[in-house]
Amino acid sequence: MTTAQAEASTLTEPKTTTTVTGSVALLEGLIAEGTDTIFGYPGGAIMPIYDALYDYKEKLNHILVRHEQGGIHAGQGYARSSGKVGVVFATSGPGATNLVTGLADAQIDSTPLVCITGQVFAHLLGTDAFQETDVINITTPVTKWNYQVTDATEIPAVLAKAFYIARSGRPGPVLIDITKNAQLQLFEYEGYVPCEHIRSYRPKPIIRKEYIEQAAALINTAKKPFILFGQGVLLGEAEQEFKAFVEKSGIPAAWTILGAGAIPTDHPLNVGMLGMHGNYGPNVQTNSCDVLIAVGMRFDDRVTGRLDKYAKQAKVIHLDIDPAEIDKNVKADVPVWGDCKETLPLLTALVEEKTYPEWLAEFRAFDKEEHDTVIQKELNPETGEMTMGEVVNKLNELTHGNAIIVTDVGQHQMVACRYAKFNNTRSNITSGGLGTMGFGLPAAIGAKFGAQDKTVVAIIGDGGFQMTLQELGTIMQSGIDVKIMILNNRFLGMVRQWQQLFHEKRYSFVDITSPDFVKLAESYYIAGKKISEREELVSALEEMLNHNGSYLLEVMVAKEHNVFPMVPQGSSVSEIRLK
Amino acid sequence: MSNSSELELNGKQEFTITVYTENRIGILNRIAIIFSRRKINIESLNTSPSEIEHIHRFNILIHETEEVVRKLARQIEKQVEVLKVYYNTNEDIIWQEMALYKVPTDTIAEKVSVERLLREFGARAVVIRKDYTVFEATGHREETDKLIEVLQPYGLIEFVRSARVAIIKDSDGFNRKLREFERKDPGEEVIENEFLDKEKNVFSM
Repeated sequence: MTTAQAEASTLTEPKTTTTVTGSVALLEGLIAEGTDTIFGYPGGAIMPIYDALYDYKEKLNHILVRHEQGGIHAGQGYARSSGKVGVVFATSGPGATNLVTGLADAQIDSTPLVCITGQVFAHLLGTDAFQETDVINITTPVTKWNYQVTDATEIPAVLAKAFYIARSGRPGPVLIDITKNAQLQLFEYEGYVPCEHIRSYRPKPIIRKEYIEQAAALINTAKKPFILFGQGVLLGEAEQEFKAFVEKSGIPAAWTILGAGAIPTDHPLNVGMLGMHGNYGPNVQTNSCDVLIAVGMRFDDRVTGRLDKYAKQAKVIHLDIDPAEIDKNVKADVPVWGDCKETLPLLTALVEEKTYPEWLAEFRAFDKEEHDTVIQKELNPETGEMTMGEVVNKLNELTHGNAIIVTDVGQHQMVACRYAKFNNTRSNITSGGLGTMGFGLPAAIGAKFGAQDKTVVAIIGDGGFQMTLQELGTIMQSGIDVKIMILNNRFLGMVRQWQQLFHEKRYSFVDITSPDFVKLAESYYIAGKKISEREELVSALEEMLNHNGSYLLEVMVAKEHNVFPMVPQGSSVSEIRLK
Repeated sequence: MSNSSELELNGKQEFTITVYTENRIGILNRIAIIFSRRKINIESLNTSPSEIEHIHRFNILIHETEEVVRKLARQIEKQVEVLKVYYNTNEDIIWQEMALYKVPTDTIAEKVSVERLLREFGARAVVIRKDYTVFEATGHREETDKLIEVLQPYGLIEFVRSARVAIIKDSDGFNRKLREFERKDPGEEVIENEFLDKEKNVFSM
């Protein structure tokens, strides 16, 4: 049948309906949206959905997590590695409140999620019923949109709206709270119609040609232009368009941690990482460039340092899909509203093909200084103790920069972002905006489900690992292959570093002790090894990577080692310290 | 009232934010938390159906700098169910607040020249009963405040004042555009919880 015939037949044939429960309609909708994996945890108020799920095991792979926070971080990891919408199930009350950290994380890092929470019967709302909590109002500040369903007939359209909102424009988490009666209610289901339009919602601002022209004119007359790129390039699936823009314009480009991998680490125009623990050159040069071109990034305070001393000499061009980001932190001289997948090619067409050898050489000179002062020692330490940097560097040599690196939060995160090689897009998965310790392990599980052909290495500190280590149970039960590398410095390292630098070494509650992680892994039937000698490093990494299935490698690293360079809080980016 | 010396001091002045939204449960909260998150006090808030079915209009009064208000407006407009946001200084708008005053009829009739009162404050009597009378006055804050002062000695029983409602001076085409918008792409009915206090109607197993 041709498309035209199919269209004609849907017009002439009477609509067929089937009588289904709200729960079945929900699962049918998820399948229609292309969902293949759900991370969830059952409970009283979501039991009808789980009952329906029993018959959908072939079509929907439900991963039973060990805690709802683990579930939502796994959903985030899945969304970040696959580019699809992550789907999470949780029950009412504590199940739903356990999602809040992940929602906040997904909201600030623009991760598309659809979370389904069960809710008490509609007639019990507001009665303080068992496991009743006001999920909608608790989650309003941390969701792009949320909605409570009390009638099954609403489910197909609300789910369609949820997916559309989660993935379109600037993506974000969406939550649907479904009362138990709606899950059980039978109704005439007419099929699933995806949502493509909401009248009050404009996912993409209209592109204004004059701003593209103004931006191109600024770029074409610039002597020292500088590109900053963020996750917007990944979210817009505009990696090719971005690469074309960088290569034609010949402008050095630096990344935020969520933008890592949009162009490969080794690209000749990739000049490194921005921000508090970023590279020396890009931070200093922010305050010497004449035109700053920000692409899909939001000038987070960890990137800008002190705002009143940030790029004051430069004309700023800001490309962003979210109009609320323009002028929020840094005033844009030319605001290029729009989806960068569309705006970048328009801009590329107007910019002149150029190179800036002298300007680029300045970056390389700073690189050399950073290398001699910081990187050299980090990667080739003279002391007996291993550094986090050398571990990550050895990992690069074995994975050739093709692994997906998932990190937790803290020193190891900054080191991993600094030293890991990213040949591919969507291969640095980390909690950027919220800085959620405990993100790493569950996000790595999700990342692997979202990209099963890739090696996924979770790099986690001894502190963060202990926040969500229950998800080893999820690994055990699902049989997913995640390589876990704990960089153990026996400290909450980043807080300790700040206490050393800014609080006279008053080490207040940062000396954390750990269990025997290898034995712990063993109790979950996960192979593992602990090493503390440099000689063992490469063979241990090889063993981890070559192991068939999940593996936990604990690497003992230097206790009081600091991450440098560092832009101290309240300082300008150009005041970045090398030691 | 904007205070020019204060404006020079900290750049803050009164802004009236006008928001057109869908008629949706929860949108009030989504808008309110944009202010409370930043510890900004809402001085006055009015929300009511607009002249167009399915579309609601908010008037929000805050005291802030224009820079902050511009950012707030963008954050509000970003909400999925918000149609449009405007912000205006007092110079840009015509605004009113309405107040109701309940006073004992005997005292008022005996001691006050009601006629003079009504004329002076542009007030009108809404209800006159044997035991009490309700006056209504409309105006700016100082004007409705003044009538409280006058009525206080005569046994004011109860007072209530509405939020500010404001018309934007430069609003050509608002109604036409809204009508057109609703005609081309009609809004949806709000779905409420039909089951509260109707346990028997709940489908359960």
